[in-house]
Amino acid sequence: MAEKITIGELHLSGCTGCLVTLADNYEGLFKLLDDYADLVYALTLVDVRHVPEMDVCLVEGSCCLNDKISVEELKEAREKSKVLVAYGGCAAYGNITRFARGGQWNQPGHEAYVPISEVVDVDLYIPSCPPCPQQVRNVAVMAYLLLKGNDEQKNLATAYLTPLMQLAQRGNEACGCDLMYDVINQGLCMGCGTCAGTCPVRAVTMEYGKPNVNRDLCIKCGACYSQCPRSWFNFDVMNNYEGIMDAIKGAMQ
Amino acid sequence: MDVLGNYKSVISARSTDKDITKQSQDGGIITTLFAYALEEGIIDGAIVAGPSEEPWKPEPVVATTKAELLAAAGTRYTISPNLYLIKEATRSYGLDRVGIVGTPCQMQAVRKAQLYPIGMRDVDDKIALALGIFCMENLSYQALEAIVEDHCNQKMESVKKMDIGKGKFTVYTERGAVSQMPLKLIHKYVQPGCNVCLDYVANLADISSGSVGSPDGWSTVFVRSMKGNAVWDGAIAAGCFETKPMDQVKPGLDLVTKLATEKITKNQKNVDARKTFGLKADGTPKGLRNPYETP
Repeated sequence: MAEKITIGELHLSGCTGCLVTLADNYEGLFKLLDDYADLVYALTLVDVRHVPEMDVCLVEGSCCLNDKISVEELKEAREKSKVLVAYGGCAAYGNITRFARGGQWNQPGHEAYVPISEVVDVDLYIPSCPPCPQQVRNVAVMAYLLLKGNDEQKNLATAYLTPLMQLAQRGNEACGCDLMYDVINQGLCMGCGTCAGTCPVRAVTMEYGKPNVNRDLCIKCGACYSQCPRSWFNFDVMNNYEGIMDAIKGAMQ
Repeated sequence: MDVLGNYKSVISARSTDKDITKQSQDGGIITTLFAYALEEGIIDGAIVAGPSEEPWKPEPVVATTKAELLAAAGTRYTISPNLYLIKEATRSYGLDRVGIVGTPCQMQAVRKAQLYPIGMRDVDDKIALALGIFCMENLSYQALEAIVEDHCNQKMESVKKMDIGKGKFTVYTERGAVSQMPLKLIHKYVQPGCNVCLDYVANLADISSGSVGSPDGWSTVFVRSMKGNAVWDGAIAAGCFETKPMDQVKPGLDLVTKLATEKITKNQKNVDARKTFGLKADGTPKGLRNPYETP
C-alpha cells in the first residue's frame, strides 16, 4: 500500500452533522483510515489543538465574520492544505446560517455568517445537509487516487472530481429556486423526480411532472440542484458507472 | 459510445405470464422481470408508475406484490417522477434491495445518484435492479390531455390504451372506439427538457426494453450490466420469457439503431444550438446553460 494522504476537518459555524456523517461510514471509516488517509485534525476525534499541514481539509460550517478565530483558522487551513473542500451545505452555501441575523445567545454580536468562499478560495464542494457518507467516502478515495495513484487512477480521479470542483466555481448561493432558474427556466427539466427525492427537508414536491419548491421550508443546502441530472451530467464518468462503483467497493473491502 | 450503449446481448422477448401480457403495453418485460425479482428475493420492492386519482396520470409507488406491479403495467405517455421515491424506498419503506423502472434520463439520474450521492444517503448500494424503457420524448400531463381530448376527441377516463407506432398516436377506448392523430403534430407538445436528451434506449439501465424493433406483442430487450445479465439469465431459466434472436425478427435491430441515431443527432444539434442562442454586445454569440459541460 502506498503512503496515505492526510485529511483534516475544520469545524466552523456548523452543527457537527457533517463530522458525524464522516463517522456514519461506520467500518468504512476504519478502512479509509487504515489504508488511504490519516485523520490529522478533527473535533473530538483527533487530539491536535492547532491547524496542521494537510492534503485535504474538509471545512464544516459557514464562517462567522465577527469571530476573529474562525476567520484566522479558515485562512490558516487554506494556507496549509492542498485541497480545501467546502464540506456540507453551510460551508458551501451558508445553508441554515443564511437566516442568522444576530441577537442569539451566547454571542448576540455574531450576526454575519458567510459561505467559506467569501473568505478563502475553495477547490471543491460537497453540498447537502447533512452531506452523504458515501459522497465524502467517494471524494476521499478519489483524492487518494489523485494524490497517490498511477496515471490511469489520476485521470479517473480528475474526471470524477471535476464537476464537484466546477460547483465550487459556480458560486456560493443555493436555493430550491435553482431548480427554477437553472433547470426549468433553461428548458432542461424532464421531471425525473430526483430533486424531490433528494431534498433533506421535503421542501420539493412533484406537481404534474415538475418540481414545486416550498421556499419557506428550503434551507438552502444545494442538494436538489447538484443532484439533478440536468445540473451537470458527465458522460465520461457515468458511462463507466459499473467499473467505478466496483473500484470503490473493491477499495473499501 | 455507440447510440445503443454498452450491452451484452439483445433479444426479442415476450412474457409467458398471461396475467401480465393482458395488462402490458407490449411484451410485458418490465412487469415480468420485477415479478420474478420479487419472487426470488432479488428485490424487496420496485418503484413503478402506479395509478393516481386522475386518469392516465402516473404516480410513483413502491410495489411489493405482483398485484401492485400489474396495477402499474402499461405505458402512460407522461412522466412518473420515480426518482422521487428512491431514497424514501430505503427509509420509510425499509427496502434493502430496490428495483426502479424509468426512462433513459431517469436511468441517468439513478447512476448519478449512485456515483455522486450528494443528497442520497445510503442509497448507492441498494439499487438492485434498474430497468430502462426506450423513450423518444415525453409529454406533460396537460399536453397528454390536449392530445387525447382535443385532437383525438376522447375523454381521458374512457381510454383503455394509448400507443405510439407506425407514425401515429392511437387511443383505444373502453367502448371500442379507436382515434388516431399523426405523430408529427405531437412535437409541439413535447416537454422542452426532452430536446437535449442524448439517450434513446436507456444505455445506463441494467436491462432496457421497448417495442421498437420487435413484432407486435413482443419487445426488444438489451441486457447491459453484470447485474442485469444475472437477472435475465435467471428469468430465462425460470421460463419467464419466450425469446427469439434479434436477427430473426422484423423490423429488427436496424430500426432501433435508426431511431436512436435520429434522436441523438437531432438533440445533439439542439444542444449545440444552445451555445449560440443569444447575442452579446460585441456581436459574439451568447449561450444557454449546457448541462453536459458544467453545472
